[in-house]
Amino acid sequence: MIANIGLAALWFAAGLALLQFLAGAQGLTAKGGVLAALVRPVAIMQGALIGLSFIVLVVLFWITDLSVLLVAKNSHSAKPLIYKLAGTWGNHEGSMLLWATVMGLAGAFVAWIERRLPERTVLATLAAQAFVSLGFYAFLLFASNPFTRLDPVPAEGMGLNPLLQDPGLAFHPPTLYIGYVGLSVAFSFAVGALLTREVGPAFARAMRPWVLASWIFLTIGITAGSYWAYYELGWGGWWFWDPVENASLMPWLAATALLHSVSVLAARDALRTWTIMLGVVAFSMSMLGTFLVRSGILTSVHAFAVDPTRGAFILVLLALYIGGALCLFAIRANTINEGKQFTVASREGALVFNNVMLSGILGIVLIGTLYPLLAETMGDKVSVGPPYFNSVGAVFTIPMLIVLAVGPMLRWRRDSFTRIRPVMVLPALVAFGAAVICAVAGVALLPLLGVALGMGLAFASLLPLHGRKLRTVKLPVWGMVIAHFGIAVALFGMASDAAFTKERLVAAKPGDTVAVGPWQVTFQTIAPVAGPNWTAMEATLQARHSGGSAKELHPQARTFWAPVQETNESALATRWNGQLYAVLGDQGEDGRWQLRLWWKPFVTLIWYGGLLIALGGFLAMLGRLASDLRRVVAKDKIAYRRMRQGR
Amino acid sequence: MIRLLLATLALTVATPVLADGTMPPAPYAYRQLDNPAQEAAAKELMETLRCLQCQGQSIADSDAPIAGDMRHQVRERIAAGEDPEAIRAWLIERYGDYVSYAPQVTAKTWPLFAAPLVFLLLAGLLVRRRLTGKDAA
Amino acid sequence: MSAPEQPRRSGGNWAVWLPALLFAGFLAVVAYNLSNPAERVVRSALIGKPLPEFALQAAVPGQPGLARADMADGKVRLLNIFASWCVPCAVEAPQLAQLKAAGVDVVGVAIRDRPDELQAFLARHGNPFTRIGADNVSKIQFSLGSSGVPESFVIDGKGVIRYQHIGEIRPEHVPLLLRQIEEAGQ
Repeated sequence: MIANIGLAALWFAAGLALLQFLAGAQGLTAKGGVLAALVRPVAIMQGALIGLSFIVLVVLFWITDLSVLLVAKNSHSAKPLIYKLAGTWGNHEGSMLLWATVMGLAGAFVAWIERRLPERTVLATLAAQAFVSLGFYAFLLFASNPFTRLDPVPAEGMGLNPLLQDPGLAFHPPTLYIGYVGLSVAFSFAVGALLTREVGPAFARAMRPWVLASWIFLTIGITAGSYWAYYELGWGGWWFWDPVENASLMPWLAATALLHSVSVLAARDALRTWTIMLGVVAFSMSMLGTFLVRSGILTSVHAFAVDPTRGAFILVLLALYIGGALCLFAIRANTINEGKQFTVASREGALVFNNVMLSGILGIVLIGTLYPLLAETMGDKVSVGPPYFNSVGAVFTIPMLIVLAVGPMLRWRRDSFTRIRPVMVLPALVAFGAAVICAVAGVALLPLLGVALGMGLAFASLLPLHGRKLRTVKLPVWGMVIAHFGIAVALFGMASDAAFTKERLVAAKPGDTVAVGPWQVTFQTIAPVAGPNWTAMEATLQARHSGGSAKELHPQARTFWAPVQETNESALATRWNGQLYAVLGDQGEDGRWQLRLWWKPFVTLIWYGGLLIALGGFLAMLGRLASDLRRVVAKDKIAYRRMRQGR
Repeated sequence: MIRLLLATLALTVATPVLADGTMPPAPYAYRQLDNPAQEAAAKELMETLRCLQCQGQSIADSDAPIAGDMRHQVRERIAAGEDPEAIRAWLIERYGDYVSYAPQVTAKTWPLFAAPLVFLLLAGLLVRRRLTGKDAA
Repeated sequence: MSAPEQPRRSGGNWAVWLPALLFAGFLAVVAYNLSNPAERVVRSALIGKPLPEFALQAAVPGQPGLARADMADGKVRLLNIFASWCVPCAVEAPQLAQLKAAGVDVVGVAIRDRPDELQAFLARHGNPFTRIGADNVSKIQFSLGSSGVPESFVIDGKGVIRYQHIGEIRPEHVPLLLRQIEEAGQ
């Protein structure tokens, strides 16, 4: 019964999206359509209905309504509530519904609050948004209906993949998704602006909060995902350059570039076509990521039961939207003025350099991820992995980080490097000192550069605050400083993990003590334990840091029973200066247990850095929204005064 | 969602363990070499060799038995004094470029390395047009 | 100062079509891969090359082990890599028996196996092997470029690897293998 409401809401929302698209398109015609007035209210209703549809699906998972195929396939009555709810988006259909929901809600929000842009651009934007939504509605309704019923109703559901039954993973996917789909708004703005040729600072200011918000969600999503992989996969790695990870990184890289170019456009009215292009590229990367994951084109037979029609469907949508937008771009780009010029030594110059380098990194990740496919068409099998991404990526990353240290100190339009040279001496010295120390300690080249740049950048990123009264510093500046500082922190964490990690693999029996780095780890006992839907062997380890108090760790080797799977649950002991990482393996013939131990100095900074980056974005967004609000109020005041003066 | 695939990849590593007989893993699958320099060299190589059954992980991050056997193979050969790159070459001779995560510049892979250069060139050309060329004194 | 804004030359700017062009190329590659799913197995690169040197101990008492030296004696052989714990290996047992009945000399390598479990397996599913070598660390798999169990290699009389069959031998594969073996004998 409830499921039918969800399905009905989905159909109605799809119908409204069609209406929104047609009314918007008609509104753009020369005559100016009579339907134009409908677009905003329809967009808001569409958002409400698709939101309702999603809520219905959440409720179905909450009450474990097994008459719904999706629930029966992905849930189980014995599951903890949080994982029942997480089951809503932990599958193909549910996540597609989440996609459509975020798109619909974002469109509704644009329709509700966007008053600064010319009405024609808003119409075009909402029409574009509806056009993209329509594809996903069609996908949902015709190829992946989340509300399909089961008859007869099964007695029990099949359960959720145990690796996904983890608090981090319950919220990581929707976070990433909101980021992915938020970029659809940037895409729609870009298409709208291409259609009406209204590209300028007002357009940039309208687009910026959406890019910022998406970027914040993407940052948090990637950070959380990386941490999840780190503690769940049981080998201490936090980034594998796996196609699925790259699929989440590429939209982030594009959004980061877009974020900076949109700032140039807003402040200086330069980089018009480039910003439009990035708006299209950023959303393409979201869709490409979804395609790569769903089609299973880059993974093994072992992966998901991937439906080839799903992959084909997403590919068609990708071709339609991105292909269409790129052709529109090519036709219109020549008629859009590129905007103002600038010199090398200027804020714009630095931001453009940063954009080029970010795009370069994006290009490397893209080609590295897709090259195995290209090779396959020529009948070859190749693998592209960390050695390629790390070293080729560094060629672009290192200059970018250096400019990142310098750029915020430069003035807009025109400046000189000699002016800022004195303040850059300190960070340069710090970086050089760190490099020398690492070189003496025998650290490899890339981690050495990472440590040195991380430390230098940490100083340099704070320089924009130098000599200012902190209370008068505007929020967006705080945001920039904190985000850049976060990059330095994360970079230092990554390099430190690569350079200083200590590993011990041992077979041990209770009573044994193992040394790893500054830790003495005593294997005390091992005993079976049971959870709600698993049983496990759990080791008790007592870890003593030299000069510190003892900590107890409980790594487990778990066996889930619905569905049957084995996982290794790592155990972590966190100190301010790093983490001890312990994994329990199998029991050997002599009765001893496999223990894997790592001491990872400053590894946690990777994720703290990620969170700082997101926090910086959040502050910048707050600041932008506040100043937008002030501008709107001021405009109203002027209009009011003019009205009073009878003009 | 985005991690689902990775998760499944990891699972496929766990599953075969159930059905892979009762033989203990090869001696050096889960044991480090005593010589730290050799172990470091082995580790560096293992991180860049692809697990043949999991297809999405390096042998250094996998619990699959064949990955354990390959770790044993790598450690044993490094301990015997063999050069890591010689071991990689030996494996590529048998499994093709697929087994190595570190693509070399060859007739098959040159675009991987040419693309960044082409990109930089193109970006340089486009940016040059937007510069006025005059810095402040 | 920034230069005054100049309207761009319309047309003649090929660069704007570049993204669309690259995207079209991407679509072509991906669509091709989607409609022709790549083989997920990793083939050995040693086909047509001589069998590498190896010497394996006997896996079960009473049956000889297997070495490179046993192979290049002018006779074509089928080298079968298997294990008692491997379910598809049990599935292909009747086909191996069929090949043996057709006069093929089948030699085996048991991977990570215990003699008692292996003997029980052979007693239950039949023993088509003239020799069985034991490999407990997958060493021969690596030297042959094999990545799983079961796999079968056709080795010609000169000790050259002629053909690799990945996965279990199903009834429909038997004629193909017989043809490969015949070709290897010419």
